[in-house]
Amino acid sequence: MNILRRTALVLAAPVLAIVVAGVLTSIVLLTVGDSPAAFWETMLSWPENRSLVNIINEASVLYLSGLAAAVGFRMNLFNIGVEGQYRVATFAAALFAAQAFLPGVLNTVATIMVAMLAGAAWAGIAAVLRVTRGVSEVISTIMLNAIAVSMVAYLLRKTGSREGQTIVTDTIPESSWVPGIPLLPDSVTDVYGLAILAVIAGIAFSVVLNRTRFGFDLRATGGSESAAVASGVNVKRMVIYSMLLSGALAGLIGMPNLFGVSHNYGSTIQTGIGFAGIAVALLGRNHPLGIAGGALIFAYLSEQANPLGILAGISPEIIAVMQGVVVLCVVIAYEVVRRYRDRLEQRSVAEALDASGPSGSGGSSTKEVTA
Amino acid sequence: MTETTKVAGAAAVSLSGIGKRFPGVIANHDVSLEVRPGTVHALVGENGAGKSTLMKILYGVQKPDEGTIVVNGATVQFSSPSDAIKHGIGMVFQHFQLADNLTVLENVVLGAEKLHGIGDKARAEVRRISEAYRFELDPDELVEDLGVGERQRVEILKVLYRGASIIILDEPTAVLVPQEVDALFDNLRELKREGNTLLFISHKLDEVRAIADDITVLRRGTTVTTVKPDEVSQHQLAELMVGEELPSPSTAESTVTDREVLEVRDLQLTDSLGRAVLSDISFKIHAGEVLGIAGVEGNGQTELVEAVVGMVKPTSGTVELSDEDVTSWGTRDRRESGVGYIPEDRHRHGLLLDAPLWENRILGHQTREPSVKGPWINRDGARKDAERIVEQYDVRTPGIDTTARALSGGNQQKFIVGREMSGEPKLLVASHPTRGVDVGAQAAIWDHIREARRRGLAVLLISADLDELIGLSDSLKVILRGRFVGDFDPKTVTPQQLGAAMTGAQATEATGSGQQAGNVRRSDHGDGPTDLSTGGDA
Repeated sequence: MNILRRTALVLAAPVLAIVVAGVLTSIVLLTVGDSPAAFWETMLSWPENRSLVNIINEASVLYLSGLAAAVGFRMNLFNIGVEGQYRVATFAAALFAAQAFLPGVLNTVATIMVAMLAGAAWAGIAAVLRVTRGVSEVISTIMLNAIAVSMVAYLLRKTGSREGQTIVTDTIPESSWVPGIPLLPDSVTDVYGLAILAVIAGIAFSVVLNRTRFGFDLRATGGSESAAVASGVNVKRMVIYSMLLSGALAGLIGMPNLFGVSHNYGSTIQTGIGFAGIAVALLGRNHPLGIAGGALIFAYLSEQANPLGILAGISPEIIAVMQGVVVLCVVIAYEVVRRYRDRLEQRSVAEALDASGPSGSGGSSTKEVTA
Repeated sequence: MTETTKVAGAAAVSLSGIGKRFPGVIANHDVSLEVRPGTVHALVGENGAGKSTLMKILYGVQKPDEGTIVVNGATVQFSSPSDAIKHGIGMVFQHFQLADNLTVLENVVLGAEKLHGIGDKARAEVRRISEAYRFELDPDELVEDLGVGERQRVEILKVLYRGASIIILDEPTAVLVPQEVDALFDNLRELKREGNTLLFISHKLDEVRAIADDITVLRRGTTVTTVKPDEVSQHQLAELMVGEELPSPSTAESTVTDREVLEVRDLQLTDSLGRAVLSDISFKIHAGEVLGIAGVEGNGQTELVEAVVGMVKPTSGTVELSDEDVTSWGTRDRRESGVGYIPEDRHRHGLLLDAPLWENRILGHQTREPSVKGPWINRDGARKDAERIVEQYDVRTPGIDTTARALSGGNQQKFIVGREMSGEPKLLVASHPTRGVDVGAQAAIWDHIREARRRGLAVLLISADLDELIGLSDSLKVILRGRFVGDFDPKTVTPQQLGAAMTGAQATEATGSGQQAGNVRRSDHGDGPTDLSTGGDA
């Protein structure tokens, strides 16, 4: 009963947000003369196996991005720079892996380390600026995004070779590739082998945040910086650590695709994942399971939108509109639900104390909390 | 809306059988109150006794579930504050509602432009009221240039300008320093002389006895009794509020040892503008000793505490804990070596409001058993110890999974005290440990401090409650503008002497003549708490 109610409250906000976003999207479609019926028919039809695999792949990448953003959010740090960190890290990783300093799997493992270090280093610039000079990480990471994009393009031109329309880095030796997982039959694509990274990162995120001292310090700083300081947390150090951690997670984003499909870094690298990660983290409330849900929803919407143009004659861009509206709605919905929950809890505290009698020792008898 | 017609001899305000329920809480029940016209009527009660709710009902902010309100002989029903104002009822809130960048005149006419316009007629009216009650306010002065006392007078003027003759003052002295309290009381007497009726909410009993003609006591949401100030002693009044025998903060026998726990030497602290916040601060605290620091707020107490706890780095000087120089240590290192800290602002510095109680048990103890094991959080240990605190310190909560925000101020504070006493600290830095806490919780906190002192705890006690300071401390120092200006023996010192030193008057002069000493909140009984609660937030 208790758990049911709690779960219902947790799910209420995102469900509400998605429903409202759906309604608003339908209104937009109606206004411009497109058919909402056709839209929903395409969107809600069960995806083919090929699409399912794409959804899982996209979701795993979005999930890593969402985790990277969530680490910052949990500490009230706005790391907008996941995109830049991801680009720098993936590029560095591709360069390193192609050198094949180590054989086979060792090369893969070392490359993942390099990617995390590169992402952390790029995020570290913003952290150092914030701690030593008080530069807001919002500003610095936005700037660093622009620099990252241009710098990687510049370096790619210097180090890469032309392949058709694009410029790519040297290809990773085949012994270091990570084969896909043939999860579903009759699908031309496989699930990224390194999608497992998302699972590992999610578990690690949960354990570190909820079960370790470091995680407690991080959450305490996010909950109340002044209380954290009074409790002995060195906030500057926490800013550095959490930005590095966020950057390291951002470094993982490009790995599944690098080792699974592209095997090099090219100018056609998927863009915007870093920003989508912020939305996914918001949707999932910075909670590891929530982010997973958010990533799956976003991946589902993107994948299902692909045939919209052919089947329903609707431009697939509408789905980006819907994703944006979902995020806006979810922010509002969480606030509404939070206030409701606070009231419920206060009431249950009052009830419990009333029941124990005004002079009774309400403390000694532990009662059920109903909120 | 009923017409207001003045009935001669009728009560200005008469409430009968007022009840108000919020979900799960009864805020008021069967409240009856009779306010004679042209008097100051005080409403006293502990935090949460229902004073504020009652006044909100009278001012039309809340609607009562039952009962009747009669104003000047006519039964009324208010659905908004503007209804109340129409019947001549105005309210001055504890937190001022003024626009700093506007002038006095602009603030007063804001929202009441229809009365006298916004020009010379309004200015003349503001001036007339100001002169009639000796408010000494210039209509064209900017509010941001005014002191706290003057701002409060602007608030009162606002209410008078709108034609109120029944004025509710919600804890008006909470924000004032003693001199300003005296000035306010002069204004209030002036208002009364002109035939206005004043409803004065407070829990500072000495003030209530000084100004009120009638005192109504509220306890647990209902009116207990109405008394005359000269019929009851302060002690009796306090007992009426609490409904039980009052605790006293006094400690029995000295437990001071000669083992030094804290030694602060020549501490200096300058702020970012280069002003000296702390100068030449030196003191020692021994095991089993409570050192009390008295002072008007804002004279360096906060900074002193933060320097001892390690939240700010002193400009020069040293801090030693058990003969070890810890000046360069951070807060965590100092806490690990046995410093407990009860912060002055529990919401900002003492709690994670949105985290459950058991997680709050870990706060400040992130590196110590039983809340952690190595780098890991020990959930079971933290939960078990949170249960222990809830039990031992009588924290009224449904359980340890309740968020800290949901608890009342007193219970939050008891939890903090319990937490900071955990793990046998050797030094407790207690900043206003019973501020904004009801009498029951206050007594419990005092007991715990005394008990720990007996076991050899050294305590640095900062408080605005002089009785608490005198009662708990083994020695007393007075701080003024960042310097220690006097040492006192709590066994012999009087609140007047302390008050004189706090405000910078010479102790010898002040004891005789009243001016400075009279400003200090003091009790008639040296052993009873006067300032039942200084903070507004419960």
